[in-house]
Amino acid sequence: MRSEGAAWPLRFAAAAGLAFLHLPLALIFLYAFTTEEKSFQFPPPGYTARWFGTAWFDRPDIWPPLVLSLKVALFATLLALIFGTLAAAALARARFFGKESLSLLFILPIALPGIITGIALRSAFDIMNLPFSTWTIVLGHATFCIVVVYNNVLARFRRTSASMIEASMDLGADGFQTFRYVVLPQIASALLAGGMLAFALSFDEVIVTTFTAGQQATLPIWMLGELLRPRQRPVTNVVAIFVIAVTFIPIIFAYYLTRDGEHIAGGGK
Amino acid sequence: MTPAVSFQRVSRHFGSMRAVDDVTLDIAPGEFFAMLGPSGSGKTTCLRLIAGFEQPTYGHIEIFGETAEGLPPYRRNVNTVFQDYALFPHMTVGENVAYGLMIKGMARADREVKAAAALAMVKLEGFGDRRPSQLSGGQRQRVALARALVNEPKVLLLDEPLGALDLKLREQMQEELKALQKQLGITFVFVTHDQGEALSMADRVAIFNAGRILQAGSPTDVYERPQSRFVADFVGSSNIMAPEFSAAHGGPGVWISLRPEKISVLKASDKPPVGHGSAEGLVAATHYQGSVTRIVINSGGARLTAAIPAGTSRFHEGDIVRFVWSKDSIVAMEHGE
Amino acid sequence: MKAVTAARTGGLARLSDFFFRNRGLLTAFLLLPPLAWIVIVYLGSLFALLLQSFYSLDEFSGLIVRELTFATYAEIFESSNLQIILRTVTMAAAVTVADAVIAFPIAYFAARYARGGAKALFYLAVMMPLWSSYLVKVYAWKLILAKEGIITWAAAQLHLTFLLDGILAIPVIGGPSLSISYLGTFLVFVYIWLPYMILPVQAALERVPRNFIEASADLGARPGQTFRTVILPLALPGIIAGSIFTFSLTLGDSIVPQIVGNSRYFIGQAVYTLQGTAGDIPLAAAFSVVPMVIMGLYLAAAKRLGAFDAL
Repeated sequence: MRSEGAAWPLRFAAAAGLAFLHLPLALIFLYAFTTEEKSFQFPPPGYTARWFGTAWFDRPDIWPPLVLSLKVALFATLLALIFGTLAAAALARARFFGKESLSLLFILPIALPGIITGIALRSAFDIMNLPFSTWTIVLGHATFCIVVVYNNVLARFRRTSASMIEASMDLGADGFQTFRYVVLPQIASALLAGGMLAFALSFDEVIVTTFTAGQQATLPIWMLGELLRPRQRPVTNVVAIFVIAVTFIPIIFAYYLTRDGEHIAGGGK
Repeated sequence: MTPAVSFQRVSRHFGSMRAVDDVTLDIAPGEFFAMLGPSGSGKTTCLRLIAGFEQPTYGHIEIFGETAEGLPPYRRNVNTVFQDYALFPHMTVGENVAYGLMIKGMARADREVKAAAALAMVKLEGFGDRRPSQLSGGQRQRVALARALVNEPKVLLLDEPLGALDLKLREQMQEELKALQKQLGITFVFVTHDQGEALSMADRVAIFNAGRILQAGSPTDVYERPQSRFVADFVGSSNIMAPEFSAAHGGPGVWISLRPEKISVLKASDKPPVGHGSAEGLVAATHYQGSVTRIVINSGGARLTAAIPAGTSRFHEGDIVRFVWSKDSIVAMEHGE
Repeated sequence: MKAVTAARTGGLARLSDFFFRNRGLLTAFLLLPPLAWIVIVYLGSLFALLLQSFYSLDEFSGLIVRELTFATYAEIFESSNLQIILRTVTMAAAVTVADAVIAFPIAYFAARYARGGAKALFYLAVMMPLWSSYLVKVYAWKLILAKEGIITWAAAQLHLTFLLDGILAIPVIGGPSLSISYLGTFLVFVYIWLPYMILPVQAALERVPRNFIEASADLGARPGQTFRTVILPLALPGIIAGSIFTFSLTLGDSIVPQIVGNSRYFIGQAVYTLQGTAGDIPLAAAFSVVPMVIMGLYLAAAKRLGAFDAL
């Protein structure tokens, strides 16, 4: 085996695999500009940008799901930030019996398939006779968003030297001052990254939501409806592009914020 | 005079582990005090007890006559230089140094002046605007020192502060620290596992092992008069001889310590000088070490090492020799084990 | 100046003193809100799920009878339901094998040959599809697999239409078009779970010291032998870790077969439809216990093979 480079079949296989991962998303963009609205004819018979206008002006059915999705993502992110940070702070340094099981508990909602979280919440709502509302959606989303914030903040706490907190207290700062001047600045970017990932995760979630939304439609549920009963197919692509943007931008930003840690942590994941 | 730090029968247990076990200790004001011992001997825990990061399980601690247990670190006028320096990476060097003053509520202009003065004291004028990440290890160490000293602590705690520096830099910093301590008159408590460092810098040294202080005294005291095998071995190296050996050669009939450099080696036929003990033995090995040559001698079931100035050795493996020692270089010890 | 200074006074400082003296209480105080949330909302719901699975649906009134019974579990063993389970498990196994085969060269390349900036780019290239919208990815495949879509067009351009038709004519996996066939469902599953296989395999491969491979070559092994006897066994824990994701995600998916596939149900769809239009929450709950049991067995087997070291 040559050490300077890979053999061409390996290069080809790796490249083909990556192309397989990325090319389908390119098609989403292409079809947003097609003139054909009834089928997915390839190549598109003509190109137009009018669907962007249509989506904005002539499709009032898009707006309520969009608003609901943003609202849910915002609340879920907020709850996740609070609970995820508290849990990470509590478990980062403390040592007690059962700590491992506790951290597993926080990871569980994302480790089990969404359908189980979904049907579990649905079962609970039924038993408690809880009517579907924005809050039933938030409840589910916050539960699996906590782990995202938890993981990010925990990783940061682990990388922050424990003596930093001691140094602050040694220099006269009490617990709250230490939090404000030393801990918070250290974890700020991890909080931001975790919050943005949580937002993206919530904004995009569909499986759990199908169980907790009842008749309400978030944007992904609206999209699901369009996929099953299409009308003006290119409009769905326009919305899909919007969803890609809303989820990608925070993810890239979050990656940028935590990338130093990735290099330090190496293959620790 | 009120001691700067006073431990009265202090213990610190972590579960079943006794990190500090019944330690009683007084550190005088203005003293440069070194805590010396292997890792896990309890010296760092003692330092952390003074700083307030740990609280004693049993016993009583006073700092300048005031009860310290129960007091969090931020209520003690004691500052620490950490082993990893623990500089705040999100602040500039100047902000790091001024941190304690900022917490105390000092006006920005005042604390900037004081921080600059503290940086000058550690020879880092003009480094205030840099980030800790832009500094070398030695420079970071100085910033950590300035950050602690700017608060004018009554006691400065140093946790292996020179451990991460290379040899040249370490020797230079040893001198500077010593000079700084003289100049400021602050009580320094210095934790190290390097016996050379402890002996050369400290006014007084406490030797720790297994959570206890085995011996405390001046560097000459602990080196010349070790009271236990552990101290004799850890501070320098020594020949620990059983009571039988001592008794057989006109000694006190207890465990004794005999430093290798206190032993001279003569030809078997030579007469020992007056006032010296002597014995015959077989040279088992010789080790040339530059400034000295170490000669390992077997003598009647005992084995000891003599260190003689290099170039003066005429002996080889297998020679029968007479080795002699001055009677007052024998140190009777309380503990042989 | 006193040696023991009084720092900030006031309520916050006193609270700080209190927590300093009672660090266990501080941990408990921090942990309580998130723990309460997870225990009440999540564990509570899982318990509700279990409870519901022991309820039953009154067929005449359509109401849930809240009395404990095994009747609902018995329904799982009806042949139509067993078929759904078999179908889903077969699909999950096929998807897992395909993902392992596709992921390996990518992971191997990333672990062995990519360096510095290229490596970061590679990581991003794998992570981005992982994080990008699930639904959009499924939709993209609907576009690709549609009867009038790009695959049909490409086959026509290459004069391979006969091949496509031949594949679609294969019984069971074929269908009127790729987007209405098991083959289509399979392709989409393979695609969306692929990153979950790449990352653990890459992590496992990165732990193989380079000199292992050199040592093997040094001892006279040909590249193929090195691969079989050194690299593959060392990557196996990563493959198993990845397979846990691909297998469990396929078992629990309810969306993909709805959008791309024939009308035959998979477990996820069955659960979704049962709790929704049918209103039979007990059977939906009992059905969702099936993938949990299967995954439990799978995890137990994987644990014995040491797969969790690579996570």
